[in-house]
Amino acid sequence: MIFRRLTFWLILALAAMFIILPLRGNNAALREDLILVAIAVTLVSNLNLMIGYTGYVNFGHIVFYGLGGYIGLYLVSERHWNLFLSAFVAGVLVSLVALLFGLGILRLRGAYFALATIGVLVAVNGFVANFNPWGRSTGMYLSFDAYQPLGGPMRALWTTYYLIIGVMALSLILSLAIKRSKFGLGLFAIREDEDAAVVLGINATVYKAIIYSISAFLPAIAGALMFYKNGMIDPSIAFEYMLSLEGIVMLMLGGQGTVVGAALGAGLYERLRSFLLTSPKLSNFHLVIAGGLLLLVVLFASGGIIGWLYRLLPRSREVIE
Amino acid sequence: MSALLQVDGVSKRFGGLQAVADVSFHIEEGEILGLIGPNGAGKTTLFNVVNGVYKGEKGTITFAGQDITGLTPDKIVHLGIARTHQIVKPLAGMSVLENVTVGGCFGRAYLGLREAREAAMEVLQTVGMAERANIPARSLTIAGKKRLEVARALAARPKLLLLDEVLAGLTPTEIAQMIQLVRKIRDGGISVFMIEHVMQAIMQLSDRIVVLNFGQKLAEGTPTEVARDPQVIEAYLGDSEITEKLSEKTS
Repeated sequence: MIFRRLTFWLILALAAMFIILPLRGNNAALREDLILVAIAVTLVSNLNLMIGYTGYVNFGHIVFYGLGGYIGLYLVSERHWNLFLSAFVAGVLVSLVALLFGLGILRLRGAYFALATIGVLVAVNGFVANFNPWGRSTGMYLSFDAYQPLGGPMRALWTTYYLIIGVMALSLILSLAIKRSKFGLGLFAIREDEDAAVVLGINATVYKAIIYSISAFLPAIAGALMFYKNGMIDPSIAFEYMLSLEGIVMLMLGGQGTVVGAALGAGLYERLRSFLLTSPKLSNFHLVIAGGLLLLVVLFASGGIIGWLYRLLPRSREVIE
Repeated sequence: MSALLQVDGVSKRFGGLQAVADVSFHIEEGEILGLIGPNGAGKTTLFNVVNGVYKGEKGTITFAGQDITGLTPDKIVHLGIARTHQIVKPLAGMSVLENVTVGGCFGRAYLGLREAREAAMEVLQTVGMAERANIPARSLTIAGKKRLEVARALAARPKLLLLDEVLAGLTPTEIAQMIQLVRKIRDGGISVFMIEHVMQAIMQLSDRIVVLNFGQKLAEGTPTEVARDPQVIEAYLGDSEITEKLSEKTS
Protein backbone atom coordinates (compact mmCIF):
# COMPACT_ATOMS: atom_id res chain seq x y z
CA MET A 1 0.00 0.00 0.00
CA ILE A 2 1.04 3.51 -0.79
CA PHE A 3 0.49 4.65 2.83
CA ARG A 4 3.31 2.38 3.95
CA ARG A 5 5.83 4.14 1.77
CA LEU A 6 8.08 6.78 3.27
CA THR A 7 7.83 8.92 0.14
CA PHE A 8 4.08 9.27 0.69
CA TRP A 9 4.65 10.79 4.13
CA LEU A 10 7.43 12.99 2.76
CA ILE A 11 4.93 14.41 0.27
CA LEU A 12 2.40 15.14 3.02
CA ALA A 13 5.11 16.74 5.16
CA LEU A 14 6.13 18.95 2.23
CA ALA A 15 2.52 20.06 1.67
CA ALA A 16 2.09 20.77 5.39
CA MET A 17 5.26 22.85 5.39
CA PHE A 18 4.03 24.87 2.42
CA ILE A 19 0.76 25.54 4.25
CA ILE A 20 2.26 26.46 7.61
CA LEU A 21 5.28 28.55 6.60
CA PRO A 22 3.54 31.62 5.11
CA LEU A 23 0.96 31.66 7.92
CA ARG A 24 3.47 33.14 10.33
CA GLY A 25 2.91 36.88 10.13
CA ASN A 26 0.60 36.52 7.13
CA ASN A 27 3.70 36.47 4.93
CA ALA A 28 2.38 37.24 1.42
CA ALA A 29 5.86 37.56 -0.10
CA LEU A 30 6.80 34.08 1.01
CA ARG A 31 3.45 32.82 -0.24
CA GLU A 32 4.17 34.21 -3.70
CA ASP A 33 7.60 32.53 -3.73
CA LEU A 34 6.15 29.21 -2.65
CA ILE A 35 3.33 29.33 -5.16
CA LEU A 36 5.89 29.46 -7.97
CA VAL A 37 7.68 26.48 -6.48
CA ALA A 38 4.39 24.58 -6.16
CA ILE A 39 3.54 25.28 -9.81
CA ALA A 40 7.02 24.15 -10.90
CA VAL A 41 6.74 20.94 -8.86
CA THR A 42 3.30 20.24 -10.36
CA LEU A 43 4.47 20.77 -13.94
CA VAL A 44 7.72 18.85 -13.56
CA SER A 45 6.29 15.87 -11.73
CA ASN A 46 3.62 15.43 -14.42
CA LEU A 47 6.22 15.92 -17.15
CA ASN A 48 8.14 13.13 -15.40
CA LEU A 49 5.29 10.72 -16.19
CA MET A 50 6.15 11.14 -19.87
CA ILE A 51 9.92 11.64 -19.87
CA GLY A 52 10.98 9.72 -16.80
CA TYR A 53 8.43 6.91 -16.72
CA THR A 54 7.66 6.30 -20.39
CA GLY A 55 10.79 7.63 -22.09
CA TYR A 56 9.02 10.13 -24.34
CA VAL A 57 10.35 13.70 -24.32
CA ASN A 58 7.54 16.25 -24.39
CA PHE A 59 8.78 19.72 -25.33
CA GLY A 60 5.28 21.14 -25.29
CA HIS A 61 4.16 20.23 -21.80
CA ILE A 62 3.35 23.87 -21.01
CA VAL A 63 0.40 23.60 -23.45
CA PHE A 64 -1.62 21.77 -20.78
CA TYR A 65 -0.97 24.49 -18.21
CA GLY A 66 -1.79 27.35 -20.58
CA LEU A 67 -4.85 25.71 -22.06
CA GLY A 68 -6.13 24.88 -18.58
CA GLY A 69 -5.63 28.53 -17.64
CA TYR A 70 -7.58 29.74 -20.64
CA ILE A 71 -10.50 27.36 -20.15
CA GLY A 72 -10.64 28.09 -16.40
CA LEU A 73 -10.51 31.84 -16.82
CA TYR A 74 -13.08 31.76 -19.60
CA LEU A 75 -15.54 29.73 -17.51
CA VAL A 76 -15.09 31.99 -14.48
CA SER A 77 -15.22 35.34 -16.24
CA GLU A 78 -17.54 34.75 -19.21
CA ARG A 79 -19.77 31.95 -17.92
CA HIS A 80 -19.68 32.95 -14.23
CA TRP A 81 -19.02 29.41 -13.07
CA ASN A 82 -17.43 29.00 -9.67
CA LEU A 83 -13.66 28.48 -9.51
CA PHE A 84 -13.68 24.88 -8.26
CA LEU A 85 -15.93 23.61 -11.02
CA SER A 86 -14.14 25.70 -13.68
CA ALA A 87 -10.72 24.35 -12.69
CA PHE A 88 -11.99 20.77 -12.62
CA VAL A 89 -13.69 21.08 -16.00
CA ALA A 90 -10.51 22.67 -17.41
CA GLY A 91 -8.58 19.61 -16.21
CA VAL A 92 -11.03 17.16 -17.77
CA LEU A 93 -11.27 19.01 -21.10
CA VAL A 94 -7.50 19.40 -21.47
CA SER A 95 -7.03 15.70 -20.64
CA LEU A 96 -9.50 14.80 -23.38
CA VAL A 97 -7.71 17.05 -25.87
CA ALA A 98 -4.42 15.41 -24.84
CA LEU A 99 -5.93 11.96 -25.34
CA LEU A 100 -6.90 12.86 -28.89
CA PHE A 101 -3.49 14.38 -29.65
CA GLY A 102 -1.84 11.42 -27.96
CA LEU A 103 -3.59 8.77 -30.05
CA GLY A 104 -2.32 10.65 -33.09
CA ILE A 105 1.24 11.63 -32.29
CA LEU A 106 2.19 8.77 -29.98
CA ARG A 107 2.44 6.45 -32.96
CA LEU A 108 5.70 8.31 -33.51
CA ARG A 109 8.85 7.32 -31.70
CA GLY A 110 11.88 9.12 -30.28
CA ALA A 111 12.93 12.32 -32.02
CA TYR A 112 9.81 12.38 -34.21
CA PHE A 113 7.55 12.38 -31.19
CA ALA A 114 9.62 15.19 -29.64
CA LEU A 115 9.24 17.23 -32.83
CA ALA A 116 5.51 16.61 -32.88
CA THR A 117 5.20 17.97 -29.32
CA ILE A 118 6.83 21.19 -30.48
CA GLY A 119 4.27 21.23 -33.27
CA VAL A 120 1.44 20.86 -30.75
CA LEU A 121 2.80 23.78 -28.71
CA VAL A 122 3.13 26.08 -31.72
CA ALA A 123 -0.25 25.09 -33.14
CA VAL A 124 -2.19 25.51 -29.88
CA ASN A 125 -0.47 28.82 -29.22
CA GLY A 126 -1.33 29.99 -32.74
CA PHE A 127 -4.93 28.89 -32.39
CA VAL A 128 -5.44 30.63 -29.05
CA ALA A 129 -3.75 33.84 -30.25
CA ASN A 130 -6.33 34.04 -33.03
CA PHE A 131 -9.39 32.82 -31.14
CA ASN A 132 -11.87 35.66 -30.72
CA PRO A 133 -13.84 34.44 -27.67
CA TRP A 134 -10.54 34.26 -25.75
CA GLY A 135 -9.43 37.76 -26.68
CA ARG A 136 -6.89 36.79 -29.35
CA SER A 137 -3.40 38.09 -28.56
CA THR A 138 -4.55 40.51 -25.82
CA GLY A 139 -6.02 37.68 -23.78
CA MET A 140 -8.62 37.95 -21.01
CA TYR A 141 -8.89 39.89 -17.75
CA LEU A 142 -10.88 39.07 -14.65
CA SER A 143 -12.99 41.74 -13.02
CA PHE A 144 -12.78 42.13 -9.24
CA ASP A 145 -16.29 40.68 -8.96
CA ALA A 146 -14.88 37.31 -9.92
CA TYR A 147 -13.20 37.13 -6.49
CA GLN A 148 -16.37 37.87 -4.52
CA PRO A 149 -17.56 34.25 -4.22
CA LEU A 150 -14.29 33.47 -2.40
CA GLY A 151 -14.68 36.39 0.02
CA GLY A 152 -12.87 39.15 -1.87
CA PRO A 153 -9.41 39.33 -3.53
CA MET A 154 -7.35 38.97 -0.32
CA ARG A 155 -9.12 35.84 0.84
CA ALA A 156 -9.22 34.48 -2.72
CA LEU A 157 -5.42 34.70 -2.97
CA TRP A 158 -5.00 32.51 0.09
CA THR A 159 -7.68 30.06 -1.06
CA THR A 160 -6.08 29.60 -4.48
CA TYR A 161 -2.72 29.20 -2.77
CA TYR A 162 -4.01 26.28 -0.68
CA LEU A 163 -5.68 24.76 -3.72
CA ILE A 164 -2.42 24.92 -5.67
CA ILE A 165 -0.56 23.27 -2.77
CA GLY A 166 -3.23 20.55 -2.91
CA VAL A 167 -2.67 20.10 -6.65
CA MET A 168 1.08 19.88 -6.05
CA ALA A 169 0.60 17.20 -3.39
CA LEU A 170 -1.83 15.28 -5.60
CA SER A 171 0.68 15.41 -8.48
CA LEU A 172 3.37 13.83 -6.34
CA ILE A 173 1.02 11.22 -4.87
CA LEU A 174 -0.18 10.38 -8.39
CA SER A 175 3.43 9.93 -9.52
CA LEU A 176 4.11 7.65 -6.58
CA ALA A 177 0.94 5.62 -7.06
CA ILE A 178 1.66 5.12 -10.77
CA LYS A 179 5.26 4.15 -10.07
CA ARG A 180 4.07 1.42 -7.68
CA SER A 181 1.31 0.10 -9.96
CA LYS A 182 1.04 -2.48 -12.71
CA PHE A 183 0.30 0.38 -15.11
CA GLY A 184 3.58 2.01 -14.07
CA LEU A 185 5.48 -1.23 -14.62
CA GLY A 186 4.09 -1.28 -18.15
CA LEU A 187 5.26 2.31 -18.72
CA PHE A 188 8.76 1.54 -17.46
CA ALA A 189 8.88 -1.48 -19.77
CA ILE A 190 7.99 0.81 -22.70
CA ARG A 191 10.76 3.17 -21.63
CA GLU A 192 13.33 0.36 -21.58
CA ASP A 193 12.39 -1.28 -24.88
CA GLU A 194 9.08 -0.61 -26.56
CA ASP A 195 9.30 -3.53 -29.01
CA ALA A 196 10.01 -5.97 -26.20
CA ALA A 197 7.19 -4.46 -24.13
CA VAL A 198 4.68 -5.07 -26.93
CA VAL A 199 5.81 -8.67 -27.37
CA LEU A 200 5.38 -9.12 -23.60
CA GLY A 201 1.75 -8.08 -23.95
CA ILE A 202 1.65 -4.32 -23.36
CA ASN A 203 -0.58 -2.30 -25.69
CA ALA A 204 1.98 0.48 -26.00
CA THR A 205 -0.15 2.83 -28.11
CA VAL A 206 -2.97 2.86 -25.56
CA TYR A 207 -0.63 3.05 -22.57
CA LYS A 208 1.22 6.03 -24.03
CA ALA A 209 -1.97 7.88 -24.92
CA ILE A 210 -3.37 7.32 -21.43
CA ILE A 211 -0.26 8.57 -19.65
CA TYR A 212 -0.03 11.58 -21.98
CA SER A 213 -3.63 12.38 -21.07
CA ILE A 214 -3.05 11.84 -17.33
CA SER A 215 0.05 14.07 -17.44
CA ALA A 216 -2.22 16.87 -18.73
CA PHE A 217 -4.87 16.77 -15.99
CA LEU A 218 -3.26 18.35 -12.92
CA PRO A 219 -1.13 20.88 -14.87
CA ALA A 220 -4.35 22.11 -16.51
CA ILE A 221 -6.01 22.52 -13.09
CA ALA A 222 -2.89 24.29 -11.81
CA GLY A 223 -3.10 26.64 -14.81
CA ALA A 224 -6.75 27.41 -14.16
CA LEU A 225 -6.01 28.25 -10.51
CA MET A 226 -2.84 30.23 -11.21
CA PHE A 227 -4.30 32.45 -13.94
CA TYR A 228 -7.42 33.03 -11.83
CA LYS A 229 -5.10 34.18 -9.04
CA ASN A 230 -3.21 36.44 -11.47
CA GLY A 231 -6.48 37.82 -12.84
CA MET A 232 -5.35 37.81 -16.45
CA ILE A 233 -4.02 35.60 -19.21
CA ASP A 234 -2.55 36.11 -22.67
CA PRO A 235 -0.85 33.73 -25.10
CA SER A 236 2.70 34.81 -24.27
CA ILE A 237 2.39 34.07 -20.54
CA ALA A 238 0.14 31.04 -20.96
CA PHE A 239 2.42 29.28 -23.43
CA GLU A 240 5.84 30.35 -22.25
CA TYR A 241 8.11 28.25 -24.48
CA MET A 242 11.09 28.84 -22.24
CA LEU A 243 9.26 27.45 -19.21
CA SER A 244 8.52 24.28 -21.17
CA LEU A 245 12.25 23.83 -21.75
CA GLU A 246 13.20 24.78 -18.22
CA GLY A 247 10.82 22.09 -16.97
CA ILE A 248 13.00 19.53 -18.73
CA VAL A 249 16.11 21.03 -17.09
CA MET A 250 14.46 20.81 -13.65
CA LEU A 251 13.52 17.18 -14.21
CA MET A 252 16.96 16.15 -15.43
CA LEU A 253 18.59 18.04 -12.57
CA GLY A 254 16.55 16.31 -9.87
CA GLY A 255 16.49 12.89 -11.44
CA GLN A 256 14.06 11.74 -14.12
CA GLY A 257 11.95 8.71 -13.32
CA THR A 258 11.87 9.46 -9.59
CA VAL A 259 9.09 11.17 -7.63
CA VAL A 260 11.44 12.89 -5.21
CA GLY A 261 13.87 13.91 -7.97
CA ALA A 262 11.17 15.74 -9.91
CA ALA A 263 10.16 17.71 -6.80
CA LEU A 264 13.74 18.40 -5.75
CA GLY A 265 14.84 19.56 -9.21
CA ALA A 266 11.81 21.82 -9.56
CA GLY A 267 12.27 23.33 -6.10
CA LEU A 268 15.99 23.97 -6.41
CA TYR A 269 15.84 25.37 -9.91
CA GLU A 270 12.81 27.56 -9.23
CA ARG A 271 14.48 29.15 -6.19
CA LEU A 272 17.68 29.73 -8.16
CA ARG A 273 15.71 31.21 -11.03
CA SER A 274 13.79 33.57 -8.76
CA PHE A 275 17.00 34.70 -7.13
CA LEU A 276 18.70 35.38 -10.47
CA LEU A 277 15.63 37.01 -12.00
CA THR A 278 15.25 39.48 -9.13
CA SER A 279 18.90 40.44 -8.82
CA PRO A 280 19.28 43.49 -11.09
CA LYS A 281 22.66 42.63 -12.60
CA LEU A 282 21.77 39.08 -13.49
CA SER A 283 18.43 39.52 -15.27
CA ASN A 284 17.90 36.65 -17.73
CA PHE A 285 21.17 35.15 -16.61
CA HIS A 286 19.14 32.18 -15.37
CA LEU A 287 18.90 30.91 -18.93
CA VAL A 288 22.69 30.68 -19.10
CA ILE A 289 22.58 28.68 -15.89
CA ALA A 290 19.74 26.52 -17.21
CA GLY A 291 21.64 25.64 -20.36
CA GLY A 292 24.83 24.97 -18.42
CA LEU A 293 23.05 22.79 -15.87
CA LEU A 294 21.37 20.74 -18.57
CA LEU A 295 24.72 20.13 -20.28
CA LEU A 296 26.40 19.17 -17.01
CA VAL A 297 23.62 16.78 -16.01
CA VAL A 298 23.33 15.13 -19.41
CA LEU A 299 27.11 14.76 -19.75
CA PHE A 300 28.10 13.73 -16.26
CA ALA A 301 25.11 12.68 -14.18
CA SER A 302 22.33 11.46 -16.44
CA GLY A 303 20.36 10.28 -13.40
CA GLY A 304 20.38 13.77 -11.82
CA ILE A 305 20.72 14.30 -8.08
CA ILE A 306 18.66 11.25 -7.13
CA GLY A 307 20.46 9.06 -9.67
CA TRP A 308 23.72 10.15 -8.09
CA LEU A 309 22.34 9.28 -4.66
CA TYR A 310 21.26 5.83 -5.92
CA ARG A 311 24.79 5.16 -7.15
CA LEU A 312 26.29 6.32 -3.88
CA LEU A 313 23.85 4.39 -1.67
CA PRO A 314 22.18 1.63 -3.70
CA ARG A 315 19.85 0.84 -0.81
CA SER A 316 18.35 4.34 -0.92
CA ARG A 317 16.46 3.11 -4.03
CA GLU A 318 14.04 1.30 -1.71
CA VAL A 319 13.23 4.39 0.35
CA ILE A 320 13.59 7.41 -1.93
CA GLU A 321 11.31 6.78 -4.86
CA MET B 1 -8.67 -33.08 -32.01
CA SER B 2 -7.38 -30.17 -34.09
CA ALA B 3 -3.86 -28.80 -33.88
CA LEU B 4 -2.87 -26.14 -31.34
CA LEU B 5 -1.34 -23.94 -34.03
CA GLN B 6 -2.32 -24.21 -37.67
CA VAL B 7 -0.44 -22.11 -40.22
CA ASP B 8 -1.84 -22.15 -43.77
CA GLY B 9 -0.12 -20.69 -46.80
CA VAL B 10 1.58 -17.79 -45.05
CA SER B 11 3.71 -15.38 -47.09
CA LYS B 12 5.76 -12.31 -46.15
CA ARG B 13 7.62 -10.06 -48.55
CA PHE B 14 10.13 -7.27 -47.88
CA GLY B 15 10.29 -5.18 -51.04
CA GLY B 16 11.81 -7.49 -53.62
CA LEU B 17 12.67 -10.22 -51.15
CA GLN B 18 10.16 -13.01 -50.61
CA ALA B 19 11.18 -13.85 -47.03
CA VAL B 20 8.46 -16.44 -46.41
CA ALA B 21 6.59 -18.04 -49.32
CA ASP B 22 3.39 -20.01 -48.91
CA VAL B 23 4.43 -21.91 -45.79
CA SER B 24 2.01 -24.29 -44.04
CA PHE B 25 2.53 -26.45 -40.97
CA HIS B 26 0.91 -27.26 -37.65
CA ILE B 27 1.89 -27.89 -34.05
CA GLU B 28 0.13 -30.45 -31.86
CA GLU B 29 -0.49 -29.89 -28.21
CA GLY B 30 2.48 -30.99 -26.08
CA GLU B 31 4.76 -31.21 -29.09
CA ILE B 32 8.23 -29.80 -29.68
CA LEU B 33 8.49 -28.67 -33.28
CA GLY B 34 11.93 -27.69 -34.57
CA LEU B 35 12.47 -25.13 -37.31
CA ILE B 36 15.77 -25.32 -39.17
CA GLY B 37 17.25 -23.94 -42.34
CA PRO B 38 20.33 -22.11 -43.63
CA ASN B 39 20.95 -18.49 -42.62
CA GLY B 40 18.49 -16.16 -44.27
CA ALA B 41 15.96 -18.92 -44.88
CA GLY B 42 13.19 -16.88 -43.22
CA LYS B 43 12.96 -18.67 -39.87
CA THR B 44 12.83 -15.58 -37.66
CA THR B 45 10.52 -13.85 -40.15
CA LEU B 46 8.14 -16.80 -39.84
CA PHE B 47 8.24 -16.41 -36.04
CA ASN B 48 7.53 -12.72 -36.42
CA VAL B 49 4.52 -13.44 -38.61
CA VAL B 50 3.18 -16.05 -36.16
CA ASN B 51 3.41 -13.74 -33.13
CA GLY B 52 2.16 -10.67 -35.00
CA VAL B 53 5.31 -8.52 -35.20
CA TYR B 54 4.90 -8.65 -38.99
CA LYS B 55 1.66 -8.98 -40.91
CA GLY B 56 1.83 -11.59 -43.64
CA GLU B 57 0.37 -10.73 -47.04
CA LYS B 58 -1.28 -14.09 -47.46
CA GLY B 59 -2.42 -17.06 -45.45
CA THR B 60 -4.15 -17.69 -42.16
CA ILE B 61 -2.94 -18.56 -38.69
CA THR B 62 -5.26 -20.36 -36.28
CA PHE B 63 -4.36 -20.82 -32.64
CA ALA B 64 -6.42 -22.97 -30.28
CA GLY B 65 -9.34 -22.77 -32.66
CA GLN B 66 -9.20 -19.00 -33.03
CA ASP B 67 -8.13 -17.04 -36.10
CA ILE B 68 -5.21 -14.87 -35.01
CA THR B 69 -4.12 -13.67 -38.46
CA GLY B 70 -3.15 -10.00 -38.32
CA LEU B 71 -3.50 -9.54 -34.57
CA THR B 72 -0.88 -7.42 -32.80
CA PRO B 73 1.80 -9.10 -30.64
CA ASP B 74 0.26 -7.93 -27.35
CA LYS B 75 -3.08 -9.59 -28.25
CA ILE B 76 -1.35 -12.77 -29.36
CA VAL B 77 0.58 -13.13 -26.10
CA HIS B 78 -2.72 -12.68 -24.22
CA LEU B 79 -4.12 -15.64 -26.16
CA GLY B 80 -1.15 -17.76 -25.17
CA ILE B 81 1.80 -17.53 -27.59
CA ALA B 82 4.93 -16.18 -25.89
CA ARG B 83 8.35 -15.86 -27.50
CA THR B 84 12.02 -15.18 -26.96
CA HIS B 85 14.25 -13.09 -29.21
CA GLN B 86 17.27 -14.24 -31.11
CA ILE B 87 18.90 -10.90 -30.40
CA VAL B 88 18.06 -10.59 -26.71
CA LYS B 89 15.91 -7.65 -25.64
CA PRO B 90 16.24 -7.32 -21.87
CA LEU B 91 14.55 -4.35 -20.19
CA ALA B 92 18.09 -3.33 -19.34
CA GLY B 93 17.54 -0.82 -16.57
CA MET B 94 15.11 -3.02 -14.66
CA SER B 95 16.03 -5.90 -12.37
CA VAL B 96 15.80 -9.52 -13.47
CA LEU B 97 12.79 -9.98 -11.21
CA GLU B 98 11.04 -6.90 -12.66
CA ASN B 99 11.66 -8.19 -16.19
CA VAL B 100 9.97 -11.49 -15.41
CA THR B 101 7.19 -9.71 -13.48
CA VAL B 102 6.34 -7.79 -16.67
CA GLY B 103 5.85 -11.15 -18.39
CA GLY B 104 3.42 -12.32 -15.70
CA CYS B 105 1.57 -9.01 -15.51
CA PHE B 106 0.85 -8.60 -19.20
CA GLY B 107 1.01 -12.09 -20.71
CA ARG B 108 -1.75 -14.70 -20.82
CA ALA B 109 -1.52 -14.97 -17.03
CA TYR B 110 -2.44 -11.25 -16.75
CA LEU B 111 -1.76 -11.25 -13.01
CA GLY B 112 -1.88 -8.37 -10.57
CA LEU B 113 1.46 -6.87 -9.55
CA ARG B 114 1.86 -8.83 -6.32
CA GLU B 115 0.85 -12.23 -7.73
CA ALA B 116 3.00 -11.59 -10.79
CA ARG B 117 6.01 -10.94 -8.57
CA GLU B 118 5.45 -14.21 -6.70
CA ALA B 119 4.94 -16.09 -9.95
CA ALA B 120 8.09 -14.47 -11.35
CA MET B 121 10.09 -15.71 -8.38
CA GLU B 122 8.84 -19.25 -9.03
CA VAL B 123 9.77 -19.05 -12.70
CA LEU B 124 13.23 -17.76 -11.77
CA GLN B 125 13.62 -20.80 -9.54
CA THR B 126 12.60 -23.07 -12.43
CA VAL B 127 15.16 -21.57 -14.79
CA GLY B 128 17.81 -21.42 -12.07
CA MET B 129 18.15 -17.64 -11.79
CA ALA B 130 16.60 -17.05 -8.38
CA GLU B 131 19.84 -15.85 -6.84
CA ARG B 132 20.19 -13.21 -9.55
CA ALA B 133 16.65 -11.84 -9.13
CA ASN B 134 17.67 -8.41 -7.90
CA ILE B 135 20.55 -7.51 -10.17
CA PRO B 136 19.92 -5.22 -13.15
CA ALA B 137 19.20 -7.15 -16.35
CA ARG B 138 21.95 -5.26 -18.17
CA SER B 139 24.66 -6.86 -16.03
CA LEU B 140 23.74 -10.46 -16.98
CA THR B 141 26.03 -12.50 -19.25
CA ILE B 142 24.72 -13.47 -22.68
CA ALA B 143 23.71 -16.90 -21.31
CA GLY B 144 21.91 -15.15 -18.47
CA LYS B 145 20.08 -12.86 -20.87
CA LYS B 146 18.93 -15.83 -22.97
CA ARG B 147 17.66 -17.52 -19.83
CA LEU B 148 15.91 -14.28 -18.86
CA GLU B 149 14.17 -14.26 -22.26
CA VAL B 150 12.88 -17.77 -21.54
CA ALA B 151 11.84 -16.87 -17.97
CA ARG B 152 9.96 -13.77 -19.12
CA ALA B 153 8.10 -15.76 -21.78
CA LEU B 154 7.28 -18.54 -19.29
CA ALA B 155 5.90 -16.07 -16.76
CA ALA B 156 3.20 -15.23 -19.30
CA ARG B 157 1.96 -18.84 -18.79
CA PRO B 158 1.75 -19.53 -22.52
CA LYS B 159 0.25 -22.56 -24.20
CA LEU B 160 2.86 -22.27 -26.93
CA LEU B 161 6.40 -21.02 -26.54
CA LEU B 162 8.46 -19.78 -29.50
CA LEU B 163 12.19 -20.10 -28.83
CA ASP B 164 14.43 -18.26 -31.29
CA GLU B 165 17.98 -19.67 -31.08
CA VAL B 166 18.20 -19.88 -27.31
CA LEU B 167 21.28 -22.10 -27.63
CA ALA B 168 23.37 -19.88 -29.90
CA GLY B 169 26.49 -18.55 -28.24
CA LEU B 170 26.24 -20.78 -25.19
CA THR B 171 28.98 -23.08 -23.88
CA PRO B 172 28.43 -26.87 -24.02
CA THR B 173 27.49 -26.95 -20.31
CA GLU B 174 25.03 -24.11 -20.76
CA ILE B 175 23.58 -25.86 -23.81
CA ALA B 176 23.05 -29.04 -21.80
CA GLN B 177 21.26 -27.03 -19.09
CA MET B 178 19.08 -25.25 -21.63
CA ILE B 179 18.12 -28.57 -23.29
CA GLN B 180 17.03 -29.86 -19.90
CA LEU B 181 15.04 -26.69 -19.34
CA VAL B 182 13.22 -27.02 -22.68
CA ARG B 183 12.29 -30.62 -21.79
CA LYS B 184 11.06 -29.46 -18.40
CA ILE B 185 8.91 -26.80 -20.08
CA ARG B 186 7.31 -29.33 -22.42
CA ASP B 187 6.73 -31.76 -19.56
CA GLY B 188 4.94 -28.91 -17.82
CA GLY B 189 2.39 -29.00 -20.65
CA ILE B 190 3.64 -26.16 -22.86
CA SER B 191 4.12 -26.81 -26.57
CA VAL B 192 7.39 -25.55 -28.02
CA PHE B 193 8.28 -24.23 -31.46
CA MET B 194 12.01 -23.64 -31.71
CA ILE B 195 14.54 -22.29 -34.19
CA GLU B 196 17.96 -23.75 -33.67
CA HIS B 197 21.30 -24.01 -35.43
CA VAL B 198 22.81 -26.41 -32.92
CA MET B 199 21.88 -29.55 -34.87
CA GLN B 200 22.61 -32.10 -32.21
CA ALA B 201 20.30 -30.33 -29.81
CA ILE B 202 17.40 -29.88 -32.18
CA MET B 203 17.64 -33.46 -33.38
CA GLN B 204 17.50 -34.65 -29.77
CA LEU B 205 14.70 -32.39 -28.67
CA SER B 206 12.23 -32.17 -31.54
CA ASP B 207 9.33 -34.50 -32.11
CA ARG B 208 9.13 -33.20 -35.66
CA ILE B 209 11.15 -30.72 -37.71
CA VAL B 210 10.23 -28.24 -40.42
CA VAL B 211 13.01 -27.20 -42.82
CA LEU B 212 12.91 -23.80 -44.52
CA ASN B 213 15.06 -22.74 -47.47
CA PHE B 214 14.73 -19.43 -49.34
CA GLY B 215 11.45 -18.84 -47.55
CA GLN B 216 9.87 -22.08 -48.68
CA LYS B 217 9.14 -25.23 -46.76
CA LEU B 218 11.67 -27.75 -47.99
CA ALA B 219 10.78 -30.70 -45.81
CA GLU B 220 8.87 -31.77 -42.73
CA GLY B 221 9.00 -34.89 -40.62
CA THR B 222 10.65 -36.64 -37.72
CA PRO B 223 14.33 -35.81 -37.14
CA THR B 224 15.39 -39.03 -38.80
CA GLU B 225 13.20 -38.47 -41.87
CA VAL B 226 14.41 -34.92 -42.27
CA ALA B 227 18.06 -35.86 -41.89
CA ARG B 228 17.71 -38.48 -44.64
CA ASP B 229 15.94 -36.14 -47.04
CA PRO B 230 18.25 -35.54 -50.02
CA GLN B 231 16.81 -32.04 -50.56
CA VAL B 232 17.68 -31.08 -47.02
CA ILE B 233 21.21 -32.41 -47.34
CA GLU B 234 21.57 -30.48 -50.57
CA ALA B 235 20.36 -27.26 -48.98
CA TYR B 236 23.00 -27.63 -46.33
CA LEU B 237 25.78 -28.58 -48.78
CA GLY B 238 28.67 -26.23 -48.46
CA ASP B 239 28.14 -26.33 -44.75
CA SER B 240 30.11 -29.54 -44.33
CA GLU B 241 29.88 -29.53 -40.57
CA ILE B 242 26.10 -29.60 -40.54
CA THR B 243 25.90 -32.15 -43.36
CA GLU B 244 28.25 -34.34 -41.38
CA LYS B 245 26.16 -34.01 -38.26
CA LEU B 246 22.99 -34.77 -40.18
CA SER B 247 24.47 -37.97 -41.59
CA GLU B 248 25.85 -38.83 -38.17
CA LYS B 249 22.33 -38.75 -36.80
CA THR B 250 20.97 -40.98 -39.54
CA SER B 251 23.63 -43.65 -39.25
